[in-house]
Amino acid sequence: MMQVYTFDNTLDGLLTAVFDSFFLKQPDVTLLTEGEQLPLFADEPHRVVTDGEKAGRVWKGLENYLSQDGLRMITLSWLSEEHALNQPLFNFVCKVFRLKVKNLERNAADSDVLEVRNTCRRVLHEQLRMKQFIRFQKAKDGTYLAVVSPDHNVLPIITNHFQDRFNDQPWLIYDARRHYGYYYDGKTVIHVTFEDEAALPFDLSNGKMNADILSDNDQLFQNLWRTYFKAICIKERMNPKKQLSDMPRRYRKYMTEVSAAD
Amino acid sequence: MLTEKTMERLRILAESAKYDVSCSSSGTVRKGKQGMVGNTVGGVGICHSFADDGRCISLLKVMLTNYCMYDCAYCINRRSNDIPRATLSVSELEEITMEFYRRNYIEGLFLSSGVVRNPDYTMERLTAIVRDLRTVHHFNGYIHLKAIPGSSRELMAEAGRWADRMSVNIETPRESSLKLLAPEKDHQSVFQPMKLIQQGVLENKEDRKKFRHAPRFVPAGQSTQMIVGATKETDQDILTMSSSLYGQPTMRRVYYSGYVSVNTYDPRLPVLKQPPLVRENRLYQADWLMRFYHFKVDEIVDDRHANLDLDVDPKLSWALRHPEFFPVDINQAAYEHILRVPGIGVKSAMLIVNSRRFGRVTSYHLKKMGVVMKKAQYFITCGELTSNFSQPIVGINELRPERLRPLLISKAQQKRAAAEQQLTLDFQDDNPT
Repeated sequence: MMQVYTFDNTLDGLLTAVFDSFFLKQPDVTLLTEGEQLPLFADEPHRVVTDGEKAGRVWKGLENYLSQDGLRMITLSWLSEEHALNQPLFNFVCKVFRLKVKNLERNAADSDVLEVRNTCRRVLHEQLRMKQFIRFQKAKDGTYLAVVSPDHNVLPIITNHFQDRFNDQPWLIYDARRHYGYYYDGKTVIHVTFEDEAALPFDLSNGKMNADILSDNDQLFQNLWRTYFKAICIKERMNPKKQLSDMPRRYRKYMTEVSAAD
Repeated sequence: MLTEKTMERLRILAESAKYDVSCSSSGTVRKGKQGMVGNTVGGVGICHSFADDGRCISLLKVMLTNYCMYDCAYCINRRSNDIPRATLSVSELEEITMEFYRRNYIEGLFLSSGVVRNPDYTMERLTAIVRDLRTVHHFNGYIHLKAIPGSSRELMAEAGRWADRMSVNIETPRESSLKLLAPEKDHQSVFQPMKLIQQGVLENKEDRKKFRHAPRFVPAGQSTQMIVGATKETDQDILTMSSSLYGQPTMRRVYYSGYVSVNTYDPRLPVLKQPPLVRENRLYQADWLMRFYHFKVDEIVDDRHANLDLDVDPKLSWALRHPEFFPVDINQAAYEHILRVPGIGVKSAMLIVNSRRFGRVTSYHLKKMGVVMKKAQYFITCGELTSNFSQPIVGINELRPERLRPLLISKAQQKRAAAEQQLTLDFQDDNPT
């Protein structure tokens, strides 16, 4: 008998749902987020109450069966914020405890594992793209600013890279889609949100900093970079198709060399 | 102070540097350091942008100067060419590098130079810039430095302390062609600096066993480049050379550069309508087979097949020549054998060997894992394709290679290859300039 569970769309909630499914001995569960349309002919749904302790126990159990990579696969795929991930991830975690085999994350022949795996791969791909395509502008006070709007919530996994690389310059990377950012003050990285986004000294639609706070020669370096970008191309080898697949359009609006010039 | 003139110089020197294909920023992991800017990430490196020709931009690829005393036929910067010449000042170059890096435009610097006065003079100037970047500007990012053939051992040893990777271009696999096109160079002048770099790296390795904190020497190894299509060499010549280069302990990458007709007036060079891009692509595929697919060079090309097949990729081409190797049983065969199946890459081969411990892997699973079944189906057996079932097996041995081959070539591929094989001369009158 299929049972419908609803949860609060957090990873802890999903793990609690796994706990409940074993506790209530209901192996066949359709997992929905709260407020989602219920399927016809379903029993009264079971509302999962997120419980850190239960989730913790499930996670501890996972640690016994999965490798570090396997655990990372779960947390990384969760950053995708993809709705379609919920059911396969839930099934995958349940299967780990039901089959009791080690390293189930390696079984790509299982459709749930493969789905989680592929989602994780997409997240990792996008975090790489952020490392590639983030473009900083320098403000008068010496802060470097970049605006992004990634498909997946990848900011938390790229701050380490930028902290390591630019450890002597303060920077702010702001996610315009999720309305938060990370600010590095030269010592630590801080999670920041702004109450009034309209008052920010940069345009969230194209990432451009207001002229009055842009440092004096930043425009010059932007132009140098655009010049270089054009000069390095070999005309005889034009290949717009490859360029488009390596640098998809959705990332371009924040990129100095390919965004519409002002 | 940078001005509009700087912009012009950067444009000229980037245009002069762009025919050098190496771009990777891989090969060494170095964490950030307090008081320094930058790190290197290793792995596949980071490409920061992609130019309109689809090539990645990872490093700021630029020449210090494009004045050159040599007259190599294939080179845009040869001294007899009438092109705009420029030289970046040391401070300009350093400032551009640092400011680009801080804005996350680049992974680092790829610096080369035309040879002015003499090799030592040029190498010394390059070395001074790299030293400055590391010690004055505290730059900890990636630096790829061109080694100038003919420069002294001392200078190379100094440069190697500051650079992550160094390279000398072989240009042509046969010395006779090099001498024809670049009378002032020979293979000795290329292999000499290569050997110096290698010695430096190996000595440094010994040193680091004794002193853990001894500074590293060219930690990302060296690379080199060969021009494709400017001379008569076959793919066999080229790949045999690559293979022996990869046999050296410090050689990390060999690049192939499809010749772009830059000096159309030189009678020693063919006039190509377009660079041989398909051939270049096939060479890279062959290179990948040698580096990641456990292929030996003589399996890819031999005396009977001295040139790669332009219609099909070298792995498929090998498979069509070796029907006796197939079918490969996906559920039983060793990883190295699965790697040989056309349509299965390194990633899917890994997925297969990991997954089959949990149960039988079927063609449905393979498709889901990303295997190109359109190709692979003729070369494998898995669960449902065995003779236990009523369905007849249609594989390479049943169809025979000559009948299978046309099924695996796409029209577009054929067209591209055919266009490239017509290397007709482009006469002046139908090419108004």
